[in-house]
Amino acid sequence: MSAVRPRWSNALFVAPFLFFYLTLLIWPLLAGMALSLFKADLFGGRAFVGFENFARLMRDRVFLQAVANTFYFVLLSVPPLTVLPLFLALLLNKGGRLAAFFRGVFFSSSVLSVTIVTLIWRMILMPDGGFIADVRALFGAAAIPFLSDPRLVMISMAIITVWWCLGLPMMLYLAALQQVPKDIYEAAALDNASWWKTLWSITLPSLYRTVALVAIFQVVLQFQLFGQPQLITQGGPNGASRPIVLFIFEVGFRRWDIGYAAAASQILFAIILIATVVQYAVSSRGKASA
Amino acid sequence: MSPRNARTLRDGLTLIVLIALGLVMLTPLIWTVMLSLKSNGELLRSTANAFHGPWTLENYGTILKNSQVFRWLMNSAIVSGCTTIGVLVLSSLAGYGFSRVEFPGRDALFLFVLFGLAIPEQAVIITRHQMFSFLHLHNSYPGLILPGLSAPFGVFLMTQYFRAIPKELDEAALLDNASRLKVFWKVLLPLTVPAQATLGIFTFLASWNDYWWPLISATRADMFTLTVGLASSQINFAQTSGLGYLMTQAVFAAVPILIVYVIFQKYIVKAVSGAAVR
Repeated sequence: MSAVRPRWSNALFVAPFLFFYLTLLIWPLLAGMALSLFKADLFGGRAFVGFENFARLMRDRVFLQAVANTFYFVLLSVPPLTVLPLFLALLLNKGGRLAAFFRGVFFSSSVLSVTIVTLIWRMILMPDGGFIADVRALFGAAAIPFLSDPRLVMISMAIITVWWCLGLPMMLYLAALQQVPKDIYEAAALDNASWWKTLWSITLPSLYRTVALVAIFQVVLQFQLFGQPQLITQGGPNGASRPIVLFIFEVGFRRWDIGYAAAASQILFAIILIATVVQYAVSSRGKASA
Repeated sequence: MSPRNARTLRDGLTLIVLIALGLVMLTPLIWTVMLSLKSNGELLRSTANAFHGPWTLENYGTILKNSQVFRWLMNSAIVSGCTTIGVLVLSSLAGYGFSRVEFPGRDALFLFVLFGLAIPEQAVIITRHQMFSFLHLHNSYPGLILPGLSAPFGVFLMTQYFRAIPKELDEAALLDNASRLKVFWKVLLPLTVPAQATLGIFTFLASWNDYWWPLISATRADMFTLTVGLASSQINFAQTSGLGYLMTQAVFAAVPILIVYVIFQKYIVKAVSGAAVR
């Protein structure tokens, strides 16, 4: 009786989910790929143009700037989002109420929505009445144009994002630290190994896989940057804070050039697919060697 | 330096670093609360006095009289609640299906569902929006809820969880001639409560904070969720004369989810740990 015969009726368990999966995720994905080959607008006008939308994207300065902005943002935000939470986890990897309190503090921002986060940070960064400007005024210093200087605006977005997102990676590191076998530490203590030596030769090497996973997960996540610049700067000044997703949003839902927007979203999909495949490779290789 | 002294010094330094970083973390939140307690007229002149009085609760009085904000709160609760229940039901059924029963093409189908983990919401948004227009689902609760039901993460999580439960349990029940549905309902489902809690909290948080889809689908103010409603309030940020009121809205929007966080903190930590060990 242990070998159960395959039966079609058993598929009924997965059918309800598959219905939503196929109609609301897979179908729009395929239809979007098809749509990217058309010149199409909201009013039903539709003409097959082959890869013209993609060729147009490659010539579109606004799009190329958005791609460059997005890569720049990922470069600015992912390293701190990989290292700072690791540092916090190392400090907070102990029992007791104090550590639990600080874990709560560093995770609290993660449960807020992007609209709350942007509202809060505008009041910190704005040159007229923002917190930093007020503090600088106490010392007679001029306000910094965090959001209106094209050289500073993406850095500001990265600071906001690091503040918002560091809780989850910190928790992931803490969980991974719990997995390091205790007897290794006991052996190190018997050998009178210093705290630093224990950190460098035991703790960090055993976190290698988690560090890689956090980094790639953040790459995937931060490539989808949207709400922060959309709400704070609308992509400005001069497009300096417009990421790919904001480009898709503007072209698709403000200019209703939907074939063109669909083409741009395929490029985003391709980038994220590559990152996900790398993530899968890292995660399965880590398991094989463990 | 003796090891004991070194340890005390290290603990002291750790605490100083933690307090400093904790202050950086909390300052934006405290600043927001302080501003929400000031009168709008005073903030229009200067925000420099936010850390001393006079304070006022006038902004909180205004928000309690604003029925629209409560409507958004209700919309968020309905959408997040229904999405969470829907995801739990669909994922549990599918997780059982993929891990416990056999049907032709099962494993290939599971791989196909895993592929969905790599599809970003933004890649499907244009055509999904058209589809919902065609079905007249924009500005409706089903329109806000349905897309959340197509995400494969829950199926992945529940399948992994079911696989970890020993097969002997349900096989014994099947020998007693219980039906598959009964085994699922009476024997296995009660064992998955921890995974249900994890998935439920994650789904609720993600749905509550979702900005991208409701921004596009809900265009009528009475169908906004709290997240989108708050976005609509800050559109005219530069011209606003009600800074204090705007900050009060931020506090008002943050409080429900912070309460959920504090209540379910244990489960959230467990949830993340589970995800990391996987």
